[in-house]
Amino acid sequence: MKKTVTKTLLDGKGVDRALSRLTHEILEKNKGAAEIVLVGIASGGVPLSQVIRRKIQVIEGVEVPAGFVDITFYRDDLARAGYQARMKRTEIPFSIDEKKVILVDDVLYTGRTIRAAMDALVDFGRPRNIQLAVLIDRGHREFPIRADFVGRNVPTSRSETVVVRVEGTPEEWSVSLREDPTGKGE
Amino acid sequence: MEWHRRHVLGLSDFHPEEMEFVIDTARSMEEVLTRDIKKVPALRGKTVVNLFFEASTRTRTSFEMAGKRLSADVVNFSSATSSVTKGETLLDTARNIEAMKPNILVVRHSASGAALFLSRHVSCSIVNAGDGANEHPSQGLLDLYTILKVKGKIAGLKIAIVGDILHSRVVRSDLHSLGRMGAKLWLCGPATLVPREMERTGAVLTSDIREAVRGADVIIMLRIQLERQKTAYFPSIREYSRRFGLNREIFSLAKDDAVIMHPGPINRGVELSDELADCERSLVLRQVESGVAVRMALLYLLAGGSHAAH
Repeated sequence: MKKTVTKTLLDGKGVDRALSRLTHEILEKNKGAAEIVLVGIASGGVPLSQVIRRKIQVIEGVEVPAGFVDITFYRDDLARAGYQARMKRTEIPFSIDEKKVILVDDVLYTGRTIRAAMDALVDFGRPRNIQLAVLIDRGHREFPIRADFVGRNVPTSRSETVVVRVEGTPEEWSVSLREDPTGKGE
Repeated sequence: MEWHRRHVLGLSDFHPEEMEFVIDTARSMEEVLTRDIKKVPALRGKTVVNLFFEASTRTRTSFEMAGKRLSADVVNFSSATSSVTKGETLLDTARNIEAMKPNILVVRHSASGAALFLSRHVSCSIVNAGDGANEHPSQGLLDLYTILKVKGKIAGLKIAIVGDILHSRVVRSDLHSLGRMGAKLWLCGPATLVPREMERTGAVLTSDIREAVRGADVIIMLRIQLERQKTAYFPSIREYSRRFGLNREIFSLAKDDAVIMHPGPINRGVELSDELADCERSLVLRQVESGVAVRMALLYLLAGGSHAAH
């Protein structure tokens, strides 16, 4: 078996700075926080959307609604995994009609997750628009999807895995790149 | 954990973690049922056939609703309108349906073991929706789920099941689901309808409803099958109702926060008084709600994964 090599891309401070800039860009493009709602994609996007929400509160002084969506029901590979994994929760306790929905995920890869998340969102209502914010864009898109806000672009090979940790205190946050011996890249 | 089952024939070989997994999936399903658009595309392009050789409205409708909420194509096949009345055998009927390439067959049959038999002869997934007096696994799971929602736990609860224990597949599935999760089960009915062997399950048997209900957290009343009355298991419906029917006076012996369940359809005034059937402690309609979510979970879990027929 190949030895697993892990390389740190961003430390806690780096993640925090990237998210601060990303939040400013969201507010700049939307001319403030009015009509903005945040929806994190379970599970990686959920803690990130919470961080962005806190930053918006500090900058603009408003609390924007935040929810999360599990895309399991909308996957295009239901029968390919070989087993059924545990489902996560969906909770969007507010109307997204005519809102600017900022969809938040940790890593943008093939784009299939984002397609599924957009299908899920339109079942909840008719947002004015959907914008995509990701901490890491690692390339290898399989669908015509791009992010509106990117924390960091990282060139990767398909055999690598991007590991994002945004839990606990900001000092513990990190993004690292790991050579994946299974070669699945997920 | 991961789900690897191809069929759901009964709960007799279900581990507690597996039951928790189904319940956890059912919780996600229930969220879908609270949305404005109560439909998700998870089973798009999959076909579910309801193959019912015995009359059933609620179980069949529940499976049909569950399949449709997940965007599966659902086809209903009932014996009254089919070639079964022309003498076709169970296996021939199932093979003919199999040739139409469904993904899941939901089967109800009056013979115990019918679902297991079919699972050995057809290539699609089988869900047992009730086979004779053997099992009714989706009912066992929805009872578990309904009690968990109200009580938050199963272990340590006193659960009384009252009625025709002998012929009840609900009891057999409940013994596996509720029993394995640590409930203390009491089975109560006329001595002719409570088989002694049931003691081996660890349940307490009694013919005294007061003893069964006293201090109970949950009381599950079973439907007395009026059509079985011919065989004289008990003298008369009136006597049955007087000795084994649940009314306010007997219910007052249970815990203050006790709840009443019934798999339906209810014979009002026989096993359950009108007053209790409609009171706020009756979970009958919540069982129906949980039923759709649990069946969605089962169909979803069976339709995914590489074991599934395509």
